[in-house]
Amino acid sequence: MRVLLPLAVLLPVLGAALTLALGSHPVAQRWVSVVALSGVTATAAALLFGAATDGPQSVVLGAWPAGVGISLVADRLSALMLLTSSVVTLSVMLFSVGQGSTGDTERTPVSIYHPTFLTLSAGVSIAFLAGDLFNLYVGFEVLLVSSYVLLTLGGTAARVRAGMTYVVVSIVSSLLFLTGLGLVYAATGTVSMADLPGRLSGLPLAVAVGLQLVLLLAFGLKAAAFPLSGWLPDSYPTAAAPVAAVFAGLLTKVGVYAIFRTQTVLFGGVDSAAVTTGLVVVAVMTMLVGILGAIAQNDLKRLMSFTLVSHIGYMLFGVALGTTEALGAAVFYAVHHILVQTALFLVVGLVERAAGTTSLRRLGGLGGAAPGIALLFLLPALNLAGIPPFSGFIGKVALLRAGAEEGGFSSWVLIVAGVVTSLLTLYAISRAWAATFWSGRATRLDPEVSPETAAARAHRVPPAMVAAATGVVVVVTALTFVAGPLLDLSNGAAEDTLDVQQYSSVVGGLDTPPADGSGGTDSGEKAP
Amino acid sequence: MSPTIVLTVAIGGLVATGVYLLTSRHLTRVVLGVLVAGNGVNLLIIAAAGRAGRAPVLDPDGEITLETAAESSDPLPQALVLTAIVITFAVTAFLLAMAYRTSRIEGTRGDDVVRDTSPQGRSRGEAAPPGESTDSADSSDGPASSRQQRGAPRGAGGPVLGAGNRPAGGGADGEAR
Repeated sequence: MRVLLPLAVLLPVLGAALTLALGSHPVAQRWVSVVALSGVTATAAALLFGAATDGPQSVVLGAWPAGVGISLVADRLSALMLLTSSVVTLSVMLFSVGQGSTGDTERTPVSIYHPTFLTLSAGVSIAFLAGDLFNLYVGFEVLLVSSYVLLTLGGTAARVRAGMTYVVVSIVSSLLFLTGLGLVYAATGTVSMADLPGRLSGLPLAVAVGLQLVLLLAFGLKAAAFPLSGWLPDSYPTAAAPVAAVFAGLLTKVGVYAIFRTQTVLFGGVDSAAVTTGLVVVAVMTMLVGILGAIAQNDLKRLMSFTLVSHIGYMLFGVALGTTEALGAAVFYAVHHILVQTALFLVVGLVERAAGTTSLRRLGGLGGAAPGIALLFLLPALNLAGIPPFSGFIGKVALLRAGAEEGGFSSWVLIVAGVVTSLLTLYAISRAWAATFWSGRATRLDPEVSPETAAARAHRVPPAMVAAATGVVVVVTALTFVAGPLLDLSNGAAEDTLDVQQYSSVVGGLDTPPADGSGGTDSGEKAP
Repeated sequence: MSPTIVLTVAIGGLVATGVYLLTSRHLTRVVLGVLVAGNGVNLLIIAAAGRAGRAPVLDPDGEITLETAAESSDPLPQALVLTAIVITFAVTAFLLAMAYRTSRIEGTRGDDVVRDTSPQGRSRGEAAPPGESTDSADSSDGPASSRQQRGAPRGAGGPVLGAGNRPAGGGADGEAR
């Protein structure tokens, strides 16, 4: 099982190299991309199976002693996130293959889309599997640099403008991360996630909390938590539909994953009420401000981006509570949210293709021209809002129950905010659905998009795009049916992250050499 | 571990300068800000390695023991900072390309200032100017079309903030056109 670990990173990297070489053969490029991403999905499934049956797996690359070399770790949390993300990347790749090119026009430079997309996938894999803080940083950089290219694909005025904001904000968050990394190393003398828990809990509380805040700030920027979320709704909507879908599904959730790790593995032993209170406030504000922003939007893509920000708050909800049940529910919610946001953005891509616009003032009556798209939008939309049979409901109930079990003032504030956000999401989503698919055509329709042309355009949507979007919607809906086992698995993932002893012994660091005891220690020199 | 005061001051100065430059509306300054702040943070990692002037990890017998390792300089931050420097370099190159592309698109006024778009358009309207995000998006839009889109917002949109070294009458050419 351990040999599979590097495969999740190597496959997309090799695929990227191959597609780069095959730049002038679009068909071959598509095959290579699909095969590589299918391979990652299979690897992730095998890793999840291994982690669930045999416990966490780890491998140190290049035969370096543990704590010095690059280590990859797959516990249930990593493997579950990796599997979800690889399903998303594979579906989005199929969607964009169905679209015929990368995005919108034949004129955009198609040849760099596939290598960049595969590099993004590799970066996500590195980030999820990284066993030390520095490789987490490298994973972040790999996926961010790929995302810069994907976001500005084609170099149109709107994309370059939005891309500039996105790039500068991302660079600032990376600099903060690197600062945190340097300070952590200065304070503890290691960046290995196996050694850090012990050494960080040995630090004076003020130093540890300072380090924690720098890292949380950096990850909060990437996860788009409330005061740091302004960049997201301005940048994602300008991207091509498949790019926006994969960004919405994955990028913020990698930040959430990093927050999970920071709060449980790294700083689990650092008990600070102030940080917990801060997280509660951030979670509540992220949920409420995000969804209020969504209500104010008149553009489908911007509306979706705001709901994306808003529902990040639910995951922070679980992290802020910090109990096993709450973290398990947050992991479940993250899996659900990755898939549901990808599905919604893909369907919005279909709407854009069918109607030629995403402005709610110009859309209308699309349900008659394209009833299939209306249904494809409705299912994940209801799921997102948390209507009972769907996984969104189950995830929210699990979070609320964890909050109610915890009790206390801040838990009840979180619960109220969660319920209100769910309600407002339903309002925002149903307003969007009605305006897009149902509304009175006479008042809303732009003269240039008459029902006839809308119908004609709807027929032009390539079946492969619809098939790929349908695939994601089916997977999202299927989460409802496997919710029980998935929730058990999520709780197991939460146990894995909270069991720092087990994590350290599997990863193996300088303080806790794995088996042969070869790892030296320089803690005498470094640790204050 | 006690870093020298010189390094500490240098790190603080570099990061402060970088953050100041990042707040500018001139893209060239933003790029320089990223570069300077990035170097400041890279220096922080070097400072985290400990006292300067120690020998590299080297032993004539090829054996590195705990005793010799404690005497020599810490190789891990050096490995980390190399990676970080390469990443800073790549990101800066990409930013420069973006800044160049922006200046090509934003017009022919020969500067690199990022101006406001219409507040109305951003907060309640479309994701992108019409025709840019739909499938009629056109990567070859010349200055004429982009200037047309941006002309109206600038007329309504208020002053150009932070256009420090532009002449005072610089904003007028927007109206004139």
